[in-house]
Amino acid sequence: MQEYKLKTFPRGGVHPAENKLSAASATRPLPLPERVVIPVVQHLGAPAEPVVQKGETVVTGQLLARGRGFVSANIHSSVSGKVFRIEERPDASGYKRLSFVIDRQGDEWDPSIDRSETLRENIQISREEIIRKIQDAGIVGMGGATFPTHVKLNVPKGKKADILIINGVECEPYLTADHRLMLEKSRELMVGIRILMKALEVNRAVIGIENNKPDAIELLDNLAGKDEGITVQPLKVKYPQGGEKQLIKAITGREVPSGGLPVDVGAVVHNVGTTFAAYEAVQKNKPLIERIVTVTGKSVKEPSNFVVRIGTPVAGVIEAAGGLPEDTGKVVLGGPMMGKAISKLDIPVTKGTSGILIIPDSEAHRKPVQPCIRCARCVSVCPMGLEPYLLMSLGQKQLWDKARQESVMDCIECGSCSFTCPADRPLLDYIRLDKMRVGELIRKEKKAVS
Amino acid sequence: MDKLLTVSLSPHVHGKDTTPRIMMGVVIALLPAWAVSVYFFGWSALYLPVLSVVFCVLFEFLIQKYMLKKESSIKDGSVVVTGLLLAFTLPSNLPVWILAIGALIAIGVGKMSFGGLGANPFNPALVGRVFLFISFPVQLTSWPVPKGFHTSVTDAVTGATPLGLLKEGMRNGEQVSHILKQVPDHMQMFLGYMGGSMGEVAAAALLLGFLYLLWKKIITWHIPVTILTTVFLFSGLLWLINPANNADPVFHLLTGGVMLGSIFMATDYVTSPMTPRGMIYFGIGIGLLTVIIRRWGAYPEGVQFAILIMNAFVPLLNMYVKPKRFGEVKKNG
Repeated sequence: MQEYKLKTFPRGGVHPAENKLSAASATRPLPLPERVVIPVVQHLGAPAEPVVQKGETVVTGQLLARGRGFVSANIHSSVSGKVFRIEERPDASGYKRLSFVIDRQGDEWDPSIDRSETLRENIQISREEIIRKIQDAGIVGMGGATFPTHVKLNVPKGKKADILIINGVECEPYLTADHRLMLEKSRELMVGIRILMKALEVNRAVIGIENNKPDAIELLDNLAGKDEGITVQPLKVKYPQGGEKQLIKAITGREVPSGGLPVDVGAVVHNVGTTFAAYEAVQKNKPLIERIVTVTGKSVKEPSNFVVRIGTPVAGVIEAAGGLPEDTGKVVLGGPMMGKAISKLDIPVTKGTSGILIIPDSEAHRKPVQPCIRCARCVSVCPMGLEPYLLMSLGQKQLWDKARQESVMDCIECGSCSFTCPADRPLLDYIRLDKMRVGELIRKEKKAVS
Repeated sequence: MDKLLTVSLSPHVHGKDTTPRIMMGVVIALLPAWAVSVYFFGWSALYLPVLSVVFCVLFEFLIQKYMLKKESSIKDGSVVVTGLLLAFTLPSNLPVWILAIGALIAIGVGKMSFGGLGANPFNPALVGRVFLFISFPVQLTSWPVPKGFHTSVTDAVTGATPLGLLKEGMRNGEQVSHILKQVPDHMQMFLGYMGGSMGEVAAAALLLGFLYLLWKKIITWHIPVTILTTVFLFSGLLWLINPANNADPVFHLLTGGVMLGSIFMATDYVTSPMTPRGMIYFGIGIGLLTVIIRRWGAYPEGVQFAILIMNAFVPLLNMYVKPKRFGEVKKNG
């Protein structure tokens, strides 16, 4: 393998133990669940509006709920069967969401979906049709942020993207879903990239991958259509290398302005999972009804990567990886740095669930908070140049205006500060509180103006 | 499964650093200088630092238990560092009762009266040391001479430090070049072969400790390097302008408490700035004040006062010296 020049974001960051236990486990389809629970909101934005009724029979891939307004996303059935109920069910956030509870019968698909493995390389439709197909398919950012993809592809008037960045960084410890996808669906991924390039009207795409995945780097580098402007950029292993702003900075040297969007510096970032979903939507007419989920943890019998239908309860996925270990204390949806802990295992897998991390009880609890020794580690690891110790103390004193002046809204909640604090202080908890209160202030001001 | 799982906000993993681990690292970094001290000053240099730690731990424990009625914080290890550092700034022939008073002031006034670890504006060990220095000037400046240390001044058991000789000589109108003939040469001073406080004499051992602190990422280079550079450049400038009235810059680096102060005192987390840029301003301030006090002040050594004065500027530095924010938007009004 040739030597690569590694790039990285310039300031801050931490090095949590990588623990990519499931990296060598090829993805396998999870046996179909008997019942799925599909919330009408699995994305950032307005909940989708149900278009089927209780008691109706649906097929796999059928539209269940239509995105309401532009910043929203369609929801499809991931199985065939009967809508048993439409009711409020808790999701990973702990809030109750209107959800379709569907009892599966067989596996009958919408006939317009191409289920073959054939690679379809020719992109025959226009830019507008691509975006419409992606919107129809209900695709959202699959790295975890779940922002509707079609919104990001519609570059606002007066702005111009010149580079598409494909996020294959997967900087969260433990997770391997994107890694496996890059290895197993590399050709499809290349078509997906060309589709997104066409939609954005850019002629340059860079795939960013952390250097701990040399196999994926090599494979994609060999496949990348350099004459089409697609290249691979290996990146230093450092968290949060896959943060959108950090990734843009690492690859292009450009800094997204505070409060601005990536497209303000001409960049649009899409996750590899999203890119593959775009390929399936555009070339195969397949809506987003399944995704790769890593099931992992130190006590998990077989850390694995599964292709899971959306709406499958977490318990079922864990079962397939050898069951819930005896010593389980905490179950996290997503990675250990930014994932959400869930209290019960009946929560469904949704579009943004990249992994299920099972943490033993011995590591599941926080240590007692000690006094701040002002070591400044939080300041030096913050990739956004903030002062977490200060933002925490402003939060404790409820000085929201001051927190806003100290740029608290720039925080990307990567958790590097809390991770590194030798006194086990809950820095990010207080910063989230700051952000919530400052967000309320900002909304109030906007209302007053309008 | 009916049992509810543990829920908390992310992150769900934590780095290995803890306060006791950091404090242990500082203690390890102090060991070479301690060993050299015992070699030169004998076994009082071994037991006085131990006693100092015992006194500091005891006072912290008693104050927390009987006055503040709070849980003890001794286990965080910071009091051990304070105890060692306090002893390191004192002569090895100091009466134990004076040491005990120093420990009481360091912990009682310097640390606990402000709220304990993390809340004190001034370096507690230096607060104790300066209190003793002002209250017991005679005992604090009668320096035992290291074994086999020959100067033309005296063969007595106690003598002046090189900086003391410099101040004294200049006061008597002597030429600097003449005074410096009475002090050990640079190499001897680098190895610690001179009169002085227990932990300050051996620049070589202190630098070894510095390397350890850098390697373990306990401190960054900013404060020590800035102080040492500033002392070197400023004293070097004075020396170039008038070598008859000024000691050379290497002399200034190797004597007194500059090494100990810049590596172990000024870098105290609690009393130093939070940003690299703040640390550099802080270091420049300490370097300038040290040379100014040494050259024009009443005392031979200025580093203790320089650090305490700059400690007082830390809140201001933290308020006005901010890290560069990512994606900072220039405000055009």
